[in-house]
Amino acid sequence: MEKRKAASNDRWKKTGLVILFVFPALFFYGTFNLLGIARTFYYSTMNWKGISANKSFIGLANYIAVAQDLNFWNALKNNMILVAVSMFIQMPGALLLALLINSKIRFTKFFRTVFFMPMLLSTVATGIMWILFYDPNFGLLAKLVKALHIPISTAFLQGNTALPSILMVICWQFIPYYMIIFKAGLTNVPEELYEAARIDGANSWQCFINITMPLLIPTIRTSAVLQLVGSLKYFDLFYVMMGGAPNANTELMATYMYKKGFTEFQMGYASTIAAYMFIICFAFACIFLYFTSRKGEEA
Amino acid sequence: MNPKLKRNGMKALLYATCLIIMVITGFPFVFLLINSFKNMQEYLVNIWSLPSKFFFGNYKAVFKPEFLRYFVNSAFVSAVSVFLIVAVSSMISFAFAKMKFKGSNVLYFLIIAGMMIPVHTTLIPTFTLLSSINLSDSLIGLCGPYISYNIPISVFILTQFFKEIPREIEEAAIIDGCDTIGIFTKIMLPLSGAGLSTVTVYTFLNTWNEFINANVLINTTAKKTLPLGIREFYGFQTVNIPAILTAILVGSLPVILLYFLAQEKVVNGLTQGAVKG
Repeated sequence: MEKRKAASNDRWKKTGLVILFVFPALFFYGTFNLLGIARTFYYSTMNWKGISANKSFIGLANYIAVAQDLNFWNALKNNMILVAVSMFIQMPGALLLALLINSKIRFTKFFRTVFFMPMLLSTVATGIMWILFYDPNFGLLAKLVKALHIPISTAFLQGNTALPSILMVICWQFIPYYMIIFKAGLTNVPEELYEAARIDGANSWQCFINITMPLLIPTIRTSAVLQLVGSLKYFDLFYVMMGGAPNANTELMATYMYKKGFTEFQMGYASTIAAYMFIICFAFACIFLYFTSRKGEEA
Repeated sequence: MNPKLKRNGMKALLYATCLIIMVITGFPFVFLLINSFKNMQEYLVNIWSLPSKFFFGNYKAVFKPEFLRYFVNSAFVSAVSVFLIVAVSSMISFAFAKMKFKGSNVLYFLIIAGMMIPVHTTLIPTFTLLSSINLSDSLIGLCGPYISYNIPISVFILTQFFKEIPREIEEAAIIDGCDTIGIFTKIMLPLSGAGLSTVTVYTFLNTWNEFINANVLINTTAKKTLPLGIREFYGFQTVNIPAILTAILVGSLPVILLYFLAQEKVVNGLTQGAVKG
């Protein structure tokens, strides 16, 4: 009897301790993340202009409206360009830089230190700095273009040129980040493998294809998922560099959501865009992980 | 070709590539520094060379109470957020790593999945929630989303750290009369210094540089954080480019200093989650 009471006391004590340790984090995560997503989906079914407190249930009407909204599709297209740039320019670029600072030359530590520096500026600082660099008259690039007599327009942030200009800044900012991730992956490749391969007469290219790449696949996969989700939800530089008002050339899903929600106060409609973003991010990540994991097993 | 010559040629090519990339990544910082000592007239005439004489007006324009206020605000939000992130994440990670309880795996997965959630998905709910409790235009309110969005990655890193601490140490502590809370505070935390500092650096950089939540939630100038402040400064000083460059440099100084003092920590902090994932 005494024993059972003690055991039950113990269990209560253990439950109490678990709650004590779990609750604080769960409180924040539940309030902002979990409940946040639930409320986004709830708002997305409402006709709700943010300034008035009145909302009315309209079912999937917002979803249909967003699906027919050409601006949304245009934004999604720009997001896809961003995905492509991150996959086919940023990732190979980062891998190249990682190989460079992993190669047997001197001062690699110093080079790494400098290569990583773009990551130290906040996105806002980066964006404004590059607006000034891109300035059509007084900017660094305009002066460079004039000094070298390159026959291109210096209106870098106007019209069709705006998108590639911003994409270049994104590469400037993020290639160093993925460089460090790849460098960490390269450090984990055991040196003996290369020695053994060289004894067997393999050249550098064969070593890279047959040793480095296969062992780097998990790192590449993680980075690719980060890139994918990151590009689909991207906001900061486009918003900052377009002065808070991206146009059709530079609109992304997130900036369009922001415009609808916080400048036009169509909170219900904006929530639907957010819901679509959530679904698209999740679906893309799942599809990507599913296909790459199968490939990984075959290799 | 002579193999030695070939190898030297290869090396020269590698060095040349490194130098070019170094200019691309590093020169903007040199440019910020050089031009922060020029006035607008000199900047217009010559942007490339060193200043003809040192001009401190830009620093005077930046080191004014309004701009320093942004610093204080960012420091406050970052300090409160980082402290609470580390506290609550280490607690729940301890529960995941060392206390087996019903549903712990499901809950762990639910929290880790949060790394995939775009912040923007919950921007409107965060705004309406904080408005409804009068915390929308407040630095304390801003800490809420900062804490919650940094929990997944922190829990991910810390749970792995706690799991690697051998059970024998815990058992020895229990024999010595240590209770669960004692094990957490006297054993787990002191032994996880590397993990805790990684999380601290990572979440500090995140909160110090955060933009979109601050942009939505904070309206009052006196409450703006540094990224918002730099934008505001840019709005006021559009005709004075060197002053803006100076503001960018000064605003980024804490992170740049942190990087040069503890480079490994910053690099690890920024990339650990991705590598381990």
